[in-house]
Amino acid sequence: MKLGLAIDIDACVGCHACATACKEWNGESLMAGGAPDYDPQGPVPAGVWFNRVRHFEAGDYPDNRTLNVPMSCMHCEQAECVTVCPTGASYKRAEDGIVLIDPEKCMGCNYCAWACPYGARELDEQQGVMRKCTLCVDRIYDTALPEAERQPACVLACPSHARHFGDYDNPASHVSVLARERQGQSLLASLGYKPVNQYLPPRAQAQIPQPKAPPAPDTLKKRLASMVNTLIRL
Amino acid sequence: MNPPLTDAADHPVRFEDRSRQRVEHTTCYMCACRCGLQVTLQDDEQPDGSIKTRLRFLQGTAGHPVNDGVLCAKGSAGIQKQLSPAKLTQPLIRRPGTERGQGIFDPISWDEALDLLTGRLARLRSSQPRQLAFFTGRDQMQALTGLWAQQFGTPNWAAHGGFCSVNMAAAGLYSIGYSFWEFGAPDWDHARYFMMWGVAEDHASNPIKIGLEKLKRRGAKFVSVNPVRTGYSSLADEWVPVRPGTDGLLAMAMAHVLLSRELFDAEFLLRYTNAPWLVIEAPGTSRDGLFLRNAQGHPLLWDQQTQAPAIQAPGCAPAMFGRFTAPDGTAVVTAMTLMAERALADEYAPATVASQCGVPAEQIERLALEMAQVAFEQTITLPIRWTDAWGVEHDQVIGRPVAMYAMRGVSAHSNGFQTCRALHLIQMLLGALDGPGNFRARAPFPKPVPPVQLPENDAARIDAPDTACARPLLGFPTRPEDLAIDLRGRPLRIDKAYSWESPIAAHGLMHMVIRNAVEADPYPIDTLMLFMANMAWNSSMNTTGTQQMLVARDPEGQYRIPFIVVCDAFDSETVRYADLVLPDTTYFERFDAISMLDRPISEPDAAADAIRHPLLKPDRDVRPWQDVLIDLAGRLKFPAFVDEQGAPRFAGYEDFIVRYERAPGIGFLSGWRGKDGDQSLVGEPNPDQWQAYIRGKAFHAHHWPDSQKYMRFANREYLEVAARAGFIGKAEPIIMQIYSEPLQKFRLAGQGLYDGPCPERAEDRERLVRYFDPLPMWYPPIEMARTDEQMGAEAFPFHAITQRPMVMYHSWDSQNAWLRQIVAQNALYMNAQTAADLNLADGDWVLVESMHAPVQPQPGTPDHARMNTTEAHRRIRCQLRTMQGCERNTVWTWNAIGKMAGTWGLAKTSAEANAGFLLNHLISETLPARPGEASLTNSDPITGQAAWYDLKVRVRKDPDQTPPPGAAASGTLASIEGGQA
Repeated sequence: MKLGLAIDIDACVGCHACATACKEWNGESLMAGGAPDYDPQGPVPAGVWFNRVRHFEAGDYPDNRTLNVPMSCMHCEQAECVTVCPTGASYKRAEDGIVLIDPEKCMGCNYCAWACPYGARELDEQQGVMRKCTLCVDRIYDTALPEAERQPACVLACPSHARHFGDYDNPASHVSVLARERQGQSLLASLGYKPVNQYLPPRAQAQIPQPKAPPAPDTLKKRLASMVNTLIRL
Repeated sequence: MNPPLTDAADHPVRFEDRSRQRVEHTTCYMCACRCGLQVTLQDDEQPDGSIKTRLRFLQGTAGHPVNDGVLCAKGSAGIQKQLSPAKLTQPLIRRPGTERGQGIFDPISWDEALDLLTGRLARLRSSQPRQLAFFTGRDQMQALTGLWAQQFGTPNWAAHGGFCSVNMAAAGLYSIGYSFWEFGAPDWDHARYFMMWGVAEDHASNPIKIGLEKLKRRGAKFVSVNPVRTGYSSLADEWVPVRPGTDGLLAMAMAHVLLSRELFDAEFLLRYTNAPWLVIEAPGTSRDGLFLRNAQGHPLLWDQQTQAPAIQAPGCAPAMFGRFTAPDGTAVVTAMTLMAERALADEYAPATVASQCGVPAEQIERLALEMAQVAFEQTITLPIRWTDAWGVEHDQVIGRPVAMYAMRGVSAHSNGFQTCRALHLIQMLLGALDGPGNFRARAPFPKPVPPVQLPENDAARIDAPDTACARPLLGFPTRPEDLAIDLRGRPLRIDKAYSWESPIAAHGLMHMVIRNAVEADPYPIDTLMLFMANMAWNSSMNTTGTQQMLVARDPEGQYRIPFIVVCDAFDSETVRYADLVLPDTTYFERFDAISMLDRPISEPDAAADAIRHPLLKPDRDVRPWQDVLIDLAGRLKFPAFVDEQGAPRFAGYEDFIVRYERAPGIGFLSGWRGKDGDQSLVGEPNPDQWQAYIRGKAFHAHHWPDSQKYMRFANREYLEVAARAGFIGKAEPIIMQIYSEPLQKFRLAGQGLYDGPCPERAEDRERLVRYFDPLPMWYPPIEMARTDEQMGAEAFPFHAITQRPMVMYHSWDSQNAWLRQIVAQNALYMNAQTAADLNLADGDWVLVESMHAPVQPQPGTPDHARMNTTEAHRRIRCQLRTMQGCERNTVWTWNAIGKMAGTWGLAKTSAEANAGFLLNHLISETLPARPGEASLTNSDPITGQAAWYDLKVRVRKDPDQTPPPGAAASGTLASIEGGQA
């Protein structure tokens, strides 16, 4: 399997729901190992986030667009973060392609973060280990959860249904179909890391034709002058 | 090189231990949307062997009418709200000898606190009940708080709608019988064209997000009219960067296009609106502008078959246009003729309005024609049989699939009521209301236009000691006699709602209460009770001035507001201005009813309400405010709350909700009624009702059968059910009002022609004549116009508005540990080209000034760090960010990010206090006066809605570019990137 996300940029309103749902699940996840907050009521709040939403503009006023782009681990096929790991703590699962960290082996050297062009890995300053998206591996395989809830927390929460989860190896899967039909894109594809997560670009803008034969602009003015009424019986 | 792959067997997945977990359901309270919440609770064994239950995971409740399984950023962050160190822990009393505002308190027991409060309130109630003002903020139980105040006998109660959305509510309820935000929703499943006006990332949260994706998926066109392009608007197929305050002008120009080309639904207008009703033309008389009525009082139209007046009923053929002479010689004209003459005037031609709105004439014309194309050429029909209110059976429902939605950007201007009326006019012209694909009603709406509920205005009753008010305190005036004024025309309410100054203030004017009380205008009060309302900070216009008013003293040295009670769960800026603090529970710790009598969670396809129930035991000495209110009601012996012997009738809130009936069979919760719990909407009290809701995932939905889903304003089956359920008085058709006779009656009063009370003050007369137009219209927002008039048009060139950050809207109360990591400091955003023209750069520290004179901070009171008090104008200092998605004449910021140092459990040097800011400091709650003019509220002159967005400012670079200590070097997670010119 090649598990990953399809993220619909044509539906993302930039609300950060995915980010806090992620924080909520993974803060206590045995597989993620935590997502700490540093001095949460302190002067400049900070913490570890596996999923950060960025907001970009494209084009010039008034033809500008606003794009909201949630960023998390792409679970790359060419996961350089794994290759560079000096301790073998980072690993990519053969079974489903999920990239994970073994905290017992991680020494928090940050090599993986430097190797990752997507900013997906963050240092847990409290534990001295790296943290990242697990694709909620401890939800998607948890048979104690109702089947409908065996989804990454971000996908479960997303209010605009901009996030989809599935197996890209299966051409009939929901995410494969979406990526095919919507011309899914990899971010920074030219770097060659073969990210699994696909971004669905904005659709063509909806076009509405003009009415077929609207009366001329001054029709009613003329009619008001003569006060001619159509006979409509209630 | 490919990375090495690892067998899963080498690293087995470790799942969560669920042996100590259980799943419950409740209702979210992070904002006003009331989404269904599925809560995973975890029981942790403590070192002493005891068990402590805590929140493990929050997610949306699948199948819930509001959010159907999804949850926003705020909802998930509810865990951090429960953990907030800002939670109040016990009742507090201001320490003797300390000043109000210093925030120095002593603990006090609940018994002492309630004895003290009961003694004070009993004295007020038995002398002059109006000396209690009880105002609530994000109150989700207004049916209870309103009943409580009514039973106390004070008229001085309202919630926060007066500074939030009353323009939308009132305009809807005086036009179409339901309204934007609370009482209607777009039909996301059928709409093919969606025009959203001024939604500043505010209400509603999850329903709009769910809906927009549905529209995009179906290829419907989404047009956003908004000076700022963020959030929802980022998905728009077309963005219309309108100049703030001109939405109404734009809407009237669209109506101009539709009318001039006769692109309107004549059958809809004749059948379901008052377009054909006959208006009397008798200038200079008391009848002018009123409807021609028959002896029974029914409005009349002109039947083309008989060439005589007739009532609106099957068989007649009403004239849409024309001037006629009634049999008694009265000159009459159809309402639609007046509407057409109004909208077709050159002042509303696209070419005329284009430069004012900042929208090209061709674009206005095209947008209007697109709506007409969708309405009339993409009409959808659903094979649903229904019977109209006149008994005619139809075998299909016709949908003109154009939907609209509007909120804050329309509401927060002093022309918001009439602007919103103009939007409803477009909907009526298109016949695009409550059909498939339209903006549809949510139960208990639609109601008659306006709803039949008059506010208490009996001065003798209000002043009578130990006497409850006979009517609800808020309602919908239809004529000057309904105002809450005394014989000399002075306001009966402390907020002056329902006075000549704000005649249709259907939600009160909470933003004026403190000022009016301090000025003893119209009278002084003794006790101000605030629930969940941050009036010392972001909920007040003129924040610094309000802080001073809260500590203002009279010449004898007594506080002008003698006693202030604050009830909240968290340590807000307002808490420190309290004399008595009553700590509330959190939403995970108490019972709540999101009631059908108040603002339920209905969606167009179902009447629905919801509950909360205690999932966690408070670890503090706090009590649910509802229980405190019911306790106080028993102690004060309110008639509805005690039995014949004067003993409390209800054991507490839980008991009250089940047993209280407003009318036989109609109570706070509409589900599982009847002794056996098998009745919906109406039925005897059911002692097991709470348990039934808990079993039902904390909500109840009465799904409308297809035959009752559409055209409910004239759907006989629906209207009959609605009458039985107490939503409406009688099962009669609800006729929409293009022409508003109640407004005309007030205008006649302003002209001195009304056959009844008329105002004496020149200011009131002028405002009634100018603004109480019975037809939708546009006028420049009042403060905006006065800024230009008094200071010169170029002196304060920018409109200054706020957007609601989606991650925090309505959840700024505890400065959530996660949400504040997303945005803890705000910037002032400006169009990049405009900034370049002014030699301003992204990241500059700027000084922002409004025309208002500065407020001198009171020595010894907390002051906003960057308020400058030596200049001629109110000023704040903040950081400028540039972007493309901002109208050229507009600056904006995220609302309510700035905090007062030392509040909300935050470090004194928090980014919110050091680098965050509020625009509120630049705003005034009163209008810039003209010479000799009385002080007037800075509000919509019809509804009293606070005119937050009428503010104009100037922006210049601060010669000192030193950032404040603690300002983040780069933006926050909510920053918008890439705004270079």
